[in-house]
Parts: sequence; C-alpha cells; structure tokens
Amino acid sequence: MNAQLQATGSAYFISKETQRPEIHTLSVLVDNEPGVLARVIGLFSGRGYNIESLTVSETEHEKHLSRITIVTRGTQHVLDQIKHQLERIVPVHRVIDLTVRAGELGQDRPLERELALVKVAGTGDARVEALRLADAFRASVIDANTEHFIFEITGKVSKIEQFIAIMKPLGLVEVCRTGVAAMNRGPQGM
Amino acid sequence: MSNGQNDTGRREMTGAEMVVQALKDNGVKHIFGYPGGAVLPIYDEIFQQDDVEHILVRHEQGAGHAAEGYARSTGKAGVMLVTSGPGATNAVTPLQDALMDSIPLVCITGQVPTTLIGSDAFQECDTVGITRPCTKHNWLVKDVNDLAKTLHEAFHVATTGRPGPVVVDIPKDVQFARGVYTPPQTAPRTSYHPQVQGDLDRVKEAVALLANAKRPIIYSGGGVINSGQEASELLRELVELSGFPITSTLMGLGAYPASGKNWLGMLGMHGTYEANMAMHDCDVMLCIGARFDDRITGRLDAFSPGSKKIHIDIDPSSINKNVRVDIPIIGDVGHVLEDLVRLWRATVKADKKALYPWWEQIAKWRARDSLAFKTNDEVIMPQYAIQRLYELTKHRDPFITTEVGQHQMWAAQHFHFEKPHHWMTSGGLGTMGYGLPAALGVQIAHRDALVIDIAGDASIQMCIQEMSAAVQFDAPIKIFILNNQYMGMVRQWQQLLHGNRLSHSYTEAMPDFVKLAEAYGAHGIRCDKPANLDDAINEMISVKKPVIFDCRVATLANCFPMIPSGKAHNEMLLPDEATDEAVANAIDAKGRELV
Ligand SMILES: Cc1cc2nc3c(=O)[nH]c(=O)nc-3n(C[C@H](O)[C@H](O)[C@H](O)COP(=O)(O)OP(=O)(O)OC[C@H]3O[C@@H](n4cnc5c(N)ncnc54)[C@H](O)[C@@H]3O)c2cc1C
Ligand SMILES: Cc1ncc(C[n+]2csc(CCOP(=O)(O)OP(=O)(O)O)c2C)c(N)n1
Repeated sequence: MNAQLQATGSAYFISKETQRPEIHTLSVLVDNEPGVLARVIGLFSGRGYNIESLTVSETEHEKHLSRITIVTRGTQHVLDQIKHQLERIVPVHRVIDLTVRAGELGQDRPLERELALVKVAGTGDARVEALRLADAFRASVIDANTEHFIFEITGKVSKIEQFIAIMKPLGLVEVCRTGVAAMNRGPQGM
Repeated sequence: MSNGQNDTGRREMTGAEMVVQALKDNGVKHIFGYPGGAVLPIYDEIFQQDDVEHILVRHEQGAGHAAEGYARSTGKAGVMLVTSGPGATNAVTPLQDALMDSIPLVCITGQVPTTLIGSDAFQECDTVGITRPCTKHNWLVKDVNDLAKTLHEAFHVATTGRPGPVVVDIPKDVQFARGVYTPPQTAPRTSYHPQVQGDLDRVKEAVALLANAKRPIIYSGGGVINSGQEASELLRELVELSGFPITSTLMGLGAYPASGKNWLGMLGMHGTYEANMAMHDCDVMLCIGARFDDRITGRLDAFSPGSKKIHIDIDPSSINKNVRVDIPIIGDVGHVLEDLVRLWRATVKADKKALYPWWEQIAKWRARDSLAFKTNDEVIMPQYAIQRLYELTKHRDPFITTEVGQHQMWAAQHFHFEKPHHWMTSGGLGTMGYGLPAALGVQIAHRDALVIDIAGDASIQMCIQEMSAAVQFDAPIKIFILNNQYMGMVRQWQQLLHGNRLSHSYTEAMPDFVKLAEAYGAHGIRCDKPANLDDAINEMISVKKPVIFDCRVATLANCFPMIPSGKAHNEMLLPDEATDEAVANAIDAKGRELV
C-alpha cells in the first residue's frame, strides 16, 4: 500500500518538501458502523498517504467503538494533515498520534506489537533448525505434522521481520500477520 | 394518522412518509428531483401533499446544481431526490462540486430493495461506495426505524461546521416498511462536534499583531458567505474600524461590497494587480474563511514571503494545508469576528495615518488599471458586455450564476457585488454546466428576483436541458451567453502552453441559440453590435419568461490579468503587456505540468 512518499496537497508543491519523512503510529477511535473502515482507507488512498500497517477491531462493545491502528509515513506536515483529515470523518471520535504522545511522555516509541502465523515445511536438518530458531524467538508451535510447523510469534515488527527472514531458507510456505497493535506506556488512556 | 401519535412527535408511518415528514420538520420548502423505480413510493407521498414543492428537472445533474444554487442564495440546505443506479451516478458531479465549494446539499437516493443489494439487480449501484469520497458523510438505511434519525442527522451534518453534501440511500422496501418516526433530535451523535468558538487567546494575539501592522491586508473567502449574513456585517465593521485594505477569493465575492472604499477587487490567478501585489508585499495577512487554494497562492515558495499570517477557519484541515500560518484560529467566522471586533474596539486605538504609506503604494498599483481592455465599436468585447449588464441591472439587486471559463472570470472582474449570497459559481471543481441549473434553483428560492446566468457557448450546452424545467416552473431566468465560438479558457491555455495549436477548442456546428430558446418555449435574443447591446439587455430584463441571450463577442479575447502557472504574485501578466510573444513564453517547463 506504499503508494507514494511525496506530499500531496497543492498542485503548486513543486518545491521539494524540506522535512524528512517519519514513521508514526496513529490510534483512531471510531463508531463501529458499516463503511467506517472504507472511509479511513479511502482517505489514505484518495489523498495519496501511505499505510504501512493497519489493524482494526471493536474494542468497546457496549458503545460500539472500534480502535483502528495505522502505521503511516510522512513528513510532519503530512502527518498533521492526516490527523486533521481523519478527524473530519463524521464517525471518527478521536485521533491520537501515539508516536508524538510517546515523545511527550519522554519515551522513544509507543508500545507496538504484532502477531504472525508462519508456516514452514521441511524434513531433516532444516526442520530441526527451524524448531530450534523458533524456540530462540519464543515462537510457539500451534500446528505440526511430520512435514510442517505453524509457528505463532508475537513481538515488535522488527523481530517478526527477522524471524520470517530466517525461516525463508528453511522452507517457509506462508505467512499471515495481524498488523501492529499499539498503545502508549503509562497509566493514562488515549 | 391516528395510530400511536403522542406528544413527543413519535408516530408510526411508512418510510416514504417519513422522508416527506423529515423534509417538513427540517424546514424544507422545495426539492429538486427526478423520479424512477426505486423512489416511486416517495414520489407517491410527494404527490399527496402541498408543503414541499417538487421541481422536476431534466437531468439529475441539474437537480444537484439547482439545489446548490438554492442553498448558496438562501443559506439553507438544498435538497435533491433521485432514483437508484443512473439517477445516483448522475448526482456525483454536483456532489463533488458541493464538497469542493462547501455547499450544504442533502441528496436522497432510492436503492434496490435490501434483499437484492449485492445481486447486480436492475439499476443497482453501490451508491454509498461511489459517493463516499464526494460527500461529507453518507448513509445506507437498512431499517425503517433508523430512517427518521438518519435524515435529521443528514441535515445536521450538511448544514453545520464546514457545510457539505450528504447522501441518504434508501432501499425501496424500507420506503414501504412501517416504523416509528421520531422528530429532529436534540442530541446529535457524539463523534461530530465542529468547533465554532475561537480560542480567545489566539484572537487576542491576532488583534495585537493586526494593530501594529504597517502593511496589512484582509483576504476573505467563501467561509464568510457560509457563516451567514452577520459574518459579512462583522467583516464590514472590521474593515471600517481598522481601515485595512480587503480582497476576496472568487467564492467570497459580495461579503464586502465592491463599492466599499477599501476594496481591492478579487485576488488570485485572474485577480487584480493591486490585490495580488498587496498580498505579496503585506506584513500581516488576515485570512478569513478562505483556503489558500492554488488559484490564490501561485508559486507557493514565493507566496507573500514577508508576512505574518492569521487564518480563521472552521476546518482544522484547512489550516497549514498549503501555506503555513503563524496564528491559526479554528472556529466559525461569525463567532470569531465577533470576538475580534469586540477586542479591537476595547483595546486598539486605530492609527489610520500609519497606513497612509501603504495606501499610497496601493494607489500606485491600482493606477496600473489591470482590468483595462480596449473597447471596440464593431465587435462587442466580452468585458464590455459584462460592464453593460452590470450597469443596466444593478438597481435590481440581481443574483448572478456562471458557467466555467473566461466568461466566469470576466463576470468576477467586471460585475460588482454588494451583498453576500448573490453570486453563485463553481469555484473548486469548475463544473461547466453549473450555471443554468443553479440559476433555476436561485429563481425558485427568490421568485421575484432577477437571476442571470453568465454563460459561455460551450458550457451552456452541458445542462441546456434545464431550460425545459425553467419554462415548466415559470422561472424567468436569463441566460446571458458570451458567445465567442470557442472554449475560450481552453484556447487561452493552448496559446500559453501549446504553441497556439487549438486542438478541439473551437465549436463547429454551434446551435442557433435564439431558435433553441424558442424551441423550449423561452425567449431568444441575439446581439452582435455594441451599439445595440443596451437595448437588447433591457429587452432581456423586461421579458417575463426565461431568456437565452446570444451575445456575440470578440472571438479571440483573452482573460487578463493572469498569474501564469508556476509564477508568483508579482509576476503577473497584465493586459497591456500580453503580446502574443509574452503569452507564448509566459509559462516555463515546470509551470506546464500544473493545472
Ligand atoms: C477557471 C477558474 C479560475 C479561477 N480563478 C480564480 C482566481 O483567479 N481567484 C480566485 O480567488 N479563485 C479562482 N478560482 C476559484 C478557486 O478554484 C477556488 O474555488 C477558490 O479560490 C476558493 O475560495 P476560498 O478560498 O474562499 O475557499 P472555499 O472553497 O469557499 O472554502 C471556504 C473555506 O472556509 C472554511 N469555512 C467554511 N465555512 C466556514 C465558517 N462558517 N467559518 C469559518 N470557516 C469556514 C472552509 O473550511 C474552507 O477552508 C477559479 C476557478 C475556476 C474554475
Ligand atoms: C465539465 C467540464 N469539462 C471540461 C472542463 C474544462 N474547461 C474549462 S473552461 C472550458 C471551456 C469553456 O468554454 P465556454 O463555456 O465557451 O467559456 P469561455 O471560456 O469561452 O468563456 C473547458 C472545456 C470543465 N471545466 N468542466
């Protein structure tokens, strides 16, 4: 979904953006109603913003509220626009830039975790090696027969990327990832 | 309706009845629409009542623009009603138009029955999917018990905050189903709460900055019109108090009177030299309800480089979008100006003398007379036609709509507006075909007013079918065509960018507009001599029917002044400098990529 890095906006943005793009994680609290995800995604594609990762689930059933977590990339100017554009969507309650908030709290990044299911097929040494490495990564086996494993692994994105890369030569068959779930450290809510 | 009525206004009725009831409860007097299978139950209800008058258009696009004209001239929501499938897709252009220009528009669409949705049923389309990016919000109502609430919410969303278009898509079975009607609710949804009151500290900062400005300018826009009559009055008061010069975007014309002594004319690509130069050289800019559109800023890195900027806007996403500002104030223009004017009165001792040097400079720019043009005894110059139209109609307080092109810009430059809500034009989307239906909508709202669509010969053919609606509903709109036989604005750009190769911008086989008027049962007038123009315009005004006025103007006139694409405010192309060569070389390679 990495459409483009260049800021959209005025047709007259012919001067290069001077700011460097940054990766930020946004939490968006929305009414869980039909089409709300399409509105959010449509905003990103329509305005040429990037989505690096997106997760969504209802988090408060009584109030029908869902929390959408979006990892995006842009200059500070674009990130501000993304936040304000999201806030214009009628069923959007709040948009929090977790990365900015983490900075305000004196922290490096918000807490970010992802879950992946990784299927690896093979026999012999490769199979033994896969299991040994999975153990080292604290991935658990959730399905197996004599020819394959399915590992479940959670952690930071970088850890999952690394695990997948390592499994590649060992018979990696398929991967399914949830996308990033994130919140800020500390007692306060969003 | 005896069953179940109680004092809270809750009643049982069909979905179709609810639609009409909700229109009444939201103060709607007129709607613009076109029937079809998926809205027949609603049409049946419309037939059985007299409170809401339905105006039958000839194309759904016409319904949308008519509703836009109605909305812009009244400050109320415009309402359109169309059927599923092609009815809904034909509504897309006016929806996007209303989105770009912040027009409150409520569009009700019929949909195939809920049981058939997703089956590629006859005249099915994914209306909410198609209209999602071109509405402020939209709804598909699957349960009749949600219908009333949704319709009220639709009016609320369309008309509050930054106004915009909304769609309510109603499947046919929901229109037949019975359910409980609830009156407009007092507690709207919690996630939607536009901020109208500005932050007072920011307003104080703004006043302090303005009070010490040596070269200030007020740049106002469509947001002042959106905010309503009081906002325009407060704007006038602020200009009076401060003695500041004021310019406006295309969308904001009329908020400050063109006869006002501080008026610099419109700014931007086809704005006046004095307005653009003042924007470029100012030290403090007060932007009120305008969005730093690319037609305004020209080359961004050279836009008003030395100024501090204050921006009042109700939509946080408009702030810092294209131009970074120093003092953003989020809120409704009317509310913020009320605070600003009050604080100004209480704290500032206006030293208008301090502004003398600035006004002297402005007077020099004014003396360039950037809207000048050469008159001609043989052919009617388009600018002259607008001037005469203005002089001969101004005592009637006319409402002006336009199509899109050179004529639109000449209208903005040479017709002078004294009041808000009297100027309807498609600014953001630039929709050819807007003006005629918009004029119809205006005339329906203002039965006795003089309503004129200043048109181009190409644009007018895009929604010409609405002449038939104008005749049917006794709407005596005047279509004043500046007929130059060309898509003039396209031709002008081809001269600027493409070596004067006029690819497909000349209209051969032009219809005979006089006969066309007569074919519709309207009145046709043709004029091609400057000497006859006044009489012909007077005839147009006196005819009590819709009129098409075929005003034959110079075919090759261009619209100046102009900031060529990719250039800055102080690099304007002025009419007396616009030789063929200057025109051919005005835009460099970078500028050619721009629109
Ligand atoms: C051929 C052509 C040429 C053009 N040339 C020019 C030109 O030379 N000069 C020119 O000016 N335009 C020109 N335009 C129009 C231009 O494209 C834009 O439509 C126009 O400049 C935008 O006007 P605006 O900034 O007032 O914004 P609008 O589109 O009117 O937006 C209003 C702004 O005010 C805000 N707002 C709305 N309601 C409120 C409220 N109640 N309180 C506070 N804020 C509010 C909105 O959030 C928005 O930011 C041209 C168009 C065409 C088709
Ligand atoms: C629906 C639509 N299609 C195309 C355009 C591009 N366009 C802008 S101005 C113009 C020509 C308008 O010609 P005319 O109506 O004759 O007006 P003139 O410029 O000659 O005054 C065109 C084709 C547009 N704005 N809208």
